[in-house]
Amino acid sequence: MHEFKLPDPGEGLLEADIVSWKVSVGDTVAVNDTLLEIETAKSLVELPSPYAGVVAEILVAEGTTVEVGAPIIRIRGLDEAVDADAPRDASLAPHEAPQGASSASAAPASPSAGAPVTTTPVVPANAGISGSGSNLVGYGTKAGAVTRRARRTDAPAAAAAAVPAAPVAPAPVPAAPAATPPASAAPASAGRPLAKPPVRRVARDLGVDLSTVAPTGPGGTITADDVVAAASNTGEQRIPLRGVRKEMFRAMTASLAVPQATAFVEVDVTATVQLIETLKRRRDFTGLRISPLAVFAKAACLAIERVPELNSSYDAERNEIVLHEDVNLGIAAATPRGLLVPNIKRANEMNLLQLTQAINELVPQARSGKVPPEAMSGGTFSITNVGVFGVDGGTPIPNNGEAAIMCLGTILRKPWVVGEGENERIEPRSVCTVTVTFDHRLVDGEMGSKFLADVSTIMSDPALALLF
Amino acid sequence: MTEPAGTDVFAVGDEPIQLLDPSGRRVDHPDFSYSGTDADIASHLRDMVLARRIDTEATALQRKGELGLWPPALGQEAAQIGSGRTLRDPDLIVPSYREHGVAWCAGIDPVDLLGTFRGTAMVDWPSRPDGFHLYSFVIGTQALHAVGMAMALQRDGQVGNDDPAANGAAIVYFGDGATSQGDVNEAFVFAASYAAPVVFFCQNNQYAISEPASLQSRVPLYRRAAGFGFPGLRVDGNDVLAVHAVTQLAMDRARRGEGPVLVEAYTYRMGAHTTSDDPTKYRLAAEQDAWKAKDPIERVKTYLLSTGAIDQAWLDALAAESEALAERLRAGCLALPEPALGEQWQHVYAGMPPALARQREEYLAYEASFEGASE
Repeated sequence: MHEFKLPDPGEGLLEADIVSWKVSVGDTVAVNDTLLEIETAKSLVELPSPYAGVVAEILVAEGTTVEVGAPIIRIRGLDEAVDADAPRDASLAPHEAPQGASSASAAPASPSAGAPVTTTPVVPANAGISGSGSNLVGYGTKAGAVTRRARRTDAPAAAAAAVPAAPVAPAPVPAAPAATPPASAAPASAGRPLAKPPVRRVARDLGVDLSTVAPTGPGGTITADDVVAAASNTGEQRIPLRGVRKEMFRAMTASLAVPQATAFVEVDVTATVQLIETLKRRRDFTGLRISPLAVFAKAACLAIERVPELNSSYDAERNEIVLHEDVNLGIAAATPRGLLVPNIKRANEMNLLQLTQAINELVPQARSGKVPPEAMSGGTFSITNVGVFGVDGGTPIPNNGEAAIMCLGTILRKPWVVGEGENERIEPRSVCTVTVTFDHRLVDGEMGSKFLADVSTIMSDPALALLF
Repeated sequence: MTEPAGTDVFAVGDEPIQLLDPSGRRVDHPDFSYSGTDADIASHLRDMVLARRIDTEATALQRKGELGLWPPALGQEAAQIGSGRTLRDPDLIVPSYREHGVAWCAGIDPVDLLGTFRGTAMVDWPSRPDGFHLYSFVIGTQALHAVGMAMALQRDGQVGNDDPAANGAAIVYFGDGATSQGDVNEAFVFAASYAAPVVFFCQNNQYAISEPASLQSRVPLYRRAAGFGFPGLRVDGNDVLAVHAVTQLAMDRARRGEGPVLVEAYTYRMGAHTTSDDPTKYRLAAEQDAWKAKDPIERVKTYLLSTGAIDQAWLDALAAESEALAERLRAGCLALPEPALGEQWQHVYAGMPPALARQREEYLAYEASFEGASE
């Protein structure tokens, strides 16, 4: 069984966030296949597999922060027998344990005895030293390679190092089938808890007794996060406001200063849905995901030409309304890291094919956190498609100083009155609700309604776009 | 300085010299031509593919935690192979830290390139016998070293002899960022004053880490040479044929004793500055895509397939050779020996002064004082 420890992907980084796993337990991987994506203080980085084999265990869940040197995945070599698995057996604890042979060989004979008796001796006596794991530069220490013993004259240090360490693997606890969070061994009951001096300092400052803290660090060490978690452990979950979430918090709070009004209309979009089906069969749309969203985007750009106030912003410094020449069209995207609204520059100059291509490019970038910085600024008008969540509509909030935002509901087959006079009847049609929220200082009710009516005209009969 | 008779080859201007365009078509140039055969071009292709494979494998090794750092050369293969294949004894090659392709041409075992980056060695390969000097990590310092070596060639009578094979020159590699360093400019001054046999080979990969070359220099870099009194040329750094032709001319000129030349190979670093860098933070995807279309390897492949000099079977064999090389690199990296403490003192002085010898003894004694220490 190979164990892959989190390397330092930059110079001198101490930790990284696990962004996403690209493999699951049971997957076969080849050398250099991408295993996961991590985010460090410097960048998003994909980590390739050093081993060929089958993923036996994923040791760290997505979204957690991991110290450099901590094991993150176990990969069973192709030539290893599958029944040698039983990975969560206590005997397996530190796979590199050099001289654990005698106790390890005893373990399989009595699998039920995941008892401390077998686990403790397997941990190298110097775990407190070697397990420190993270180097300032490079690739972590090799726990197994540090075979050197203490200096002959250095009795106190030797005594300290002999303190039994907490087992790395959660000993006899029956494992949950899904990816489990990092091994949270019970606090070491005997001896001094393992923690680096800065962590001890944090504990002292927060008044936390280290012997009550559950360690999650490598080699059963207590990390600073463990201490902080213990200090604030009141049962509720606390999510730090950072990154995308923090930005959403800020932008939404700022939007309170803007008086907003909302208008909505229910539209028969059957013709748009048919148009999409036609386009899907065209060769130039091959390989592209096309949805009514692209037509909505095009309709918004056309409607903005007639009501340019929808594509404006307020310049507080000069107390002027700025009508933007181009439409830099924001597309709200729900990403694993939160709400992002990257924009398509000069969407008004694009035809439907170009818009579709731009959306196809932008949305996966947003999901994977790889939006180029220029796409995150300079937006002038946005669209949000809440229909993908199966809701009819909402009252969206304009993005970051923009005058308006348009919201699309889910498209449903509904009974709809068509025809006139004697011919009037009810037919099943594709119907959706379109909403626009606007900054009422820049856009009045008439402008907002006219814009919405124009969008709805195009959506109900895309051919009428020729009139715009 | 005497120029070759006839037209002035150094008056070709800002447009990079090109002999093979990105679509794989041979292009005629009034002053430069590639002298080799299609078989030679195929060997350049092999060099470039293998150099790229070494580079991507080393990058992956860093991502696995086996190397502390790696500076990828992705995209610069033509500049490195094209120039590297014009070099021979007794030329001296003075690299920066990204010249993995030049190292390949100089016959350096790619495994040896990894020692410094793995932290297992300070001196990675026999630099003197191989004529390929150690990687320089301090920006631009190696330009001065190279000029000194070139002046030594002059004084050793290895320049300007009637027998061209007896002549040598130094070539020093650096990037666009290094041209802003004092060392490089001082090296230009000395090289010009002494008409030193040195070729300044600048790979302008457009970025000094994150700083665009266009912000560092108001004029194309090759034109700087004129201010120091020697000629400069700008070549398409993604065109292995043009790089070969231009470097050949510059090296021959230097070997004949006609002084230095600055070659600006106009190229693009497709990867990160080093594995610690995230280029998406300072450059646009569109720019990268535009350069990807000028890939140095693809155009050669297209050309050779069109002439029938190679076929798919040839490429498949090359791919297999690449994979084998990558595997050897992986295994070799893991097998690099742990350095012994005592070695650290040996590379500073030719003869170790007593104070240093004493310090070494003290450290070794300290090391030995640990129980079970084997060294």
